[in-house]
Amino acid sequence: MIARLRAPGLHRGILSIPLGIGFAYAIVLPIRAASHYHPILDGTAILQVALISAPFAFLIGLGAFDYWFYWAAGRPTRPEDHSGHGARTWKDYFRINTDHKVIGVQYVVHSFVYFLIGGLFAMLMRVQLAQPGGKFVDANTFNGLFSVHATLLIFLFVIPVFAGLANFVLPLMIGAPDMAFPRLNALSFWLLPIAGLMILGSFFAPGGSFASGWTAYAPLSTTAPIGQVFFTLGVQFAGASSIATALNFLVTIITMRAPGMSFFRMPLLVWANFSTSLLVVIATPFIAASQFLVLLDRGLGFNFFSAGSGGDVLMYQHVFWFYSHPAVYIMMLPGFGIISEIIAVKARKPIFGYRMMAFSLLAIVILGFTVWAHHMFTSGMPGWLRDPMMITTAIIAVPTGVKIFSWLATLWRGVIHMDTPMLWALGFITMFTLGGISGVMLAMVPFDLHVSKTYFIVAHIHYVLFGGSVFTIFAGVYYWFPKMTGRMCDERLGKWHFWTTLIFFNITFAPMHLIGIQGMPRRVADYSSQFATWNLIISIASWGLGLSTLIFVYNMIVSWRGGPRAVANPWRGLTLEWLVSSPPPIFNFDSLPTVVGGPYEYGVPGAVHAVFRDGAEVTQPAGARTMVTQE
Amino acid sequence: MAETHGSQQTPHRPPVDRRTIVRLLAIGVVAAAIGVVLGLLIPWFPTAAAKQAHTIDTLYYVLIICTVPIFVLVTTVVLFSAWRWRMRPGEERFDGPPIHGSTQLEVIWTALPSVMIAALVVYAAIVLGDIGAKQPNELNIGVTGQQFEWTFSYPAYHDADGKPIVSYQLYMPVNRPVDFAIRSVDVIHTFWVPAFRIQQDAVPGITTGFRATPDRVGSYPIICNQLCGYGHSTMRTTLHIVSPAAFKTWLAEHGYSGAAQTTSVHRAPATGARSTEVADTSGWTTYAPLGGVQTKTKEGTQ
Repeated sequence: MIARLRAPGLHRGILSIPLGIGFAYAIVLPIRAASHYHPILDGTAILQVALISAPFAFLIGLGAFDYWFYWAAGRPTRPEDHSGHGARTWKDYFRINTDHKVIGVQYVVHSFVYFLIGGLFAMLMRVQLAQPGGKFVDANTFNGLFSVHATLLIFLFVIPVFAGLANFVLPLMIGAPDMAFPRLNALSFWLLPIAGLMILGSFFAPGGSFASGWTAYAPLSTTAPIGQVFFTLGVQFAGASSIATALNFLVTIITMRAPGMSFFRMPLLVWANFSTSLLVVIATPFIAASQFLVLLDRGLGFNFFSAGSGGDVLMYQHVFWFYSHPAVYIMMLPGFGIISEIIAVKARKPIFGYRMMAFSLLAIVILGFTVWAHHMFTSGMPGWLRDPMMITTAIIAVPTGVKIFSWLATLWRGVIHMDTPMLWALGFITMFTLGGISGVMLAMVPFDLHVSKTYFIVAHIHYVLFGGSVFTIFAGVYYWFPKMTGRMCDERLGKWHFWTTLIFFNITFAPMHLIGIQGMPRRVADYSSQFATWNLIISIASWGLGLSTLIFVYNMIVSWRGGPRAVANPWRGLTLEWLVSSPPPIFNFDSLPTVVGGPYEYGVPGAVHAVFRDGAEVTQPAGARTMVTQE
Repeated sequence: MAETHGSQQTPHRPPVDRRTIVRLLAIGVVAAAIGVVLGLLIPWFPTAAAKQAHTIDTLYYVLIICTVPIFVLVTTVVLFSAWRWRMRPGEERFDGPPIHGSTQLEVIWTALPSVMIAALVVYAAIVLGDIGAKQPNELNIGVTGQQFEWTFSYPAYHDADGKPIVSYQLYMPVNRPVDFAIRSVDVIHTFWVPAFRIQQDAVPGITTGFRATPDRVGSYPIICNQLCGYGHSTMRTTLHIVSPAAFKTWLAEHGYSGAAQTTSVHRAPATGARSTEVADTSGWTTYAPLGGVQTKTKEGTQ
């Protein structure tokens, strides 16, 4: 029993949390006593320290740092017997695991839990907004609901679920046995439950959850009740996870490609995650900085954002958006990668303009850093900044347009398999185009002056993040489900899920363009009665949208438990992940593959992407039987 | 390498003949036209009550005309491909023709959107310059945001004690250009007048502003459009655009003593510290000094 509690794992992790809280008392009480602060026992001060120390105690207890501690202390590190690698039972998903495939599944499942919670919060918001003068929740709770909704779906769903899908697929795609830093990879994942529980836990804080939006503008956030700190610190853990994973991806992609896998033979998903990781590594420290500044303002009275004491209120927005604009590309580029994979395989054609597709990703990375102040057109920043930011914002539509047109050209004359992943991909192309178009409109400063911060913005970001990112996530999950679980999904349920989501999504978000322009602000618990009809329609449709997700959840659970066994390559894909069994062997490849051609040579007679070193050719070269040979 | 196979044609997916392309184009053009007409028919905007609002509305309709066809084009191609090239029974093992790209096409769909976007940006920049341009005979109004109400002050009009007239509802004479000076005393608010199509944040520590020329008598909502706390959704008030005569009456009711103006208009407004702003050549956040010479001289004639 004692031995079990001393061994690394969830038990030891949870038992360590009180130690972390005790540490907070041990630090705060003496300092307050020595500084003659009264009262010495101050719950707010202790809570702020405990929110940092308890998570670290949990991680240490879990065993996330065991190897490094042994190594740093000069004690013999445990020989790597791969006991921490791979999953044999479901319990292996609830411990520190260094297998990228296990971590990928951990990420995806964990993210979807928060997808459901975040979506549920949106449905509760729509109950409040179904009629003007709604009494479902009070204004403060409502502000908390939309703040937590956005924070969870951005930091605990879209960003990590992409990291999870890539975690599973990317090492396989480049022919690597694992990620470059497996222990760091495990730590990255385990930072996420901390962030998620902290953000949810804010509802139990005195004064309610943080209620200043996911943007947490100062000085509203620096003067808010203690619930705000749960956001400030929760985001740090999610951000640290994000940065560590991005470094891991970069090193893996640069150093661990299989022989013959030149950069221009990489699948576009790898390119997409390479670009995303560049964005994350450069940009995410800025949101960490913005939140540290808020923390110092709140906890220690630094007055960074306190106008009366020489602080600069607008600086918060500049630092925040210097991350948070690139963040929208962090939430979109991996989806571009997924769509490129699916469109090529399902249309049975090489991706149109492969190099331009890769270069446009890099162009978006660079341009993505030059547009942040378009979120601040009405903020009171210097007027001269408006024109250059309008120009860069408009330009970024060009590489994005190149990608959309190239996907369309890939469809042209293909043999299009209209199954579930492809439906989501095609749905994505149309819905994301709408979101992109309203984005170009918003770039035009005079129009933005009217609709900034209205429901038009809410419509725009949901067309981009739901019709865009979430559609690609569903596409990716349906596409790689056989590889991840070894089972096939139910196609019929998948199609039902797609059509119900597509319809309810549009009824929910399309009218928001209109009511936004007509003058309905976002983030309000009550509104003018002239918007009553549309809001009722939106509320009803939003519940339809939420419930359509249950079809997905049911499909996933039932198919994972008892779906038909998946073959190695159910979609006849050429990329490397399809050349190994479903699910893949514990170390991915029995012998290292050698890459001999491009990843999308569909229709090229006899084309192969990779061969195994012993000379044995890949079993199912998809291009072996083109139509011309059928003649 | 692979490109050498590109010339092979597959009988099941032959190149699209000219007639089909023309037909597809025709469907696209008709659908785009319907989309644009719908986009123009929808009553998007609330009543416009300022010269600037008409300019911004026109910009929006131009944006609709330019962008709706792109969405329609993309959707048409997706639907056409899904219909025409859907995998049919017996084609399960087939692949499409190995087309790897076309430099010509890629140049076209990079260049055309670039040109359109450049044109739109130039147009929007001109509109931006126009709506922010300084007007003669501007009325200066101070706007102060505070959790959760707005206060308006008229530095050019003083009561018997020499203090600017203050109001919780905004009154403006029609057809007289206004330059707002916007401040906040606590957190960030946004002063948004949907009837003007313009909003501007009220930021603690700095003074922001915008210009508008009201051109329609009536009452319109003023909305705080930046989350400012639990009372955010109730932080609203009303704008009254009235005739110059009615404005004079309103001023008198609020204690305006016409004689005091010439001696007191040079004062900074009671709510803020700004007296003479740094000259800013961008034309947008530039303000004439509150109670400037122009305002003063014209005031006497009204």
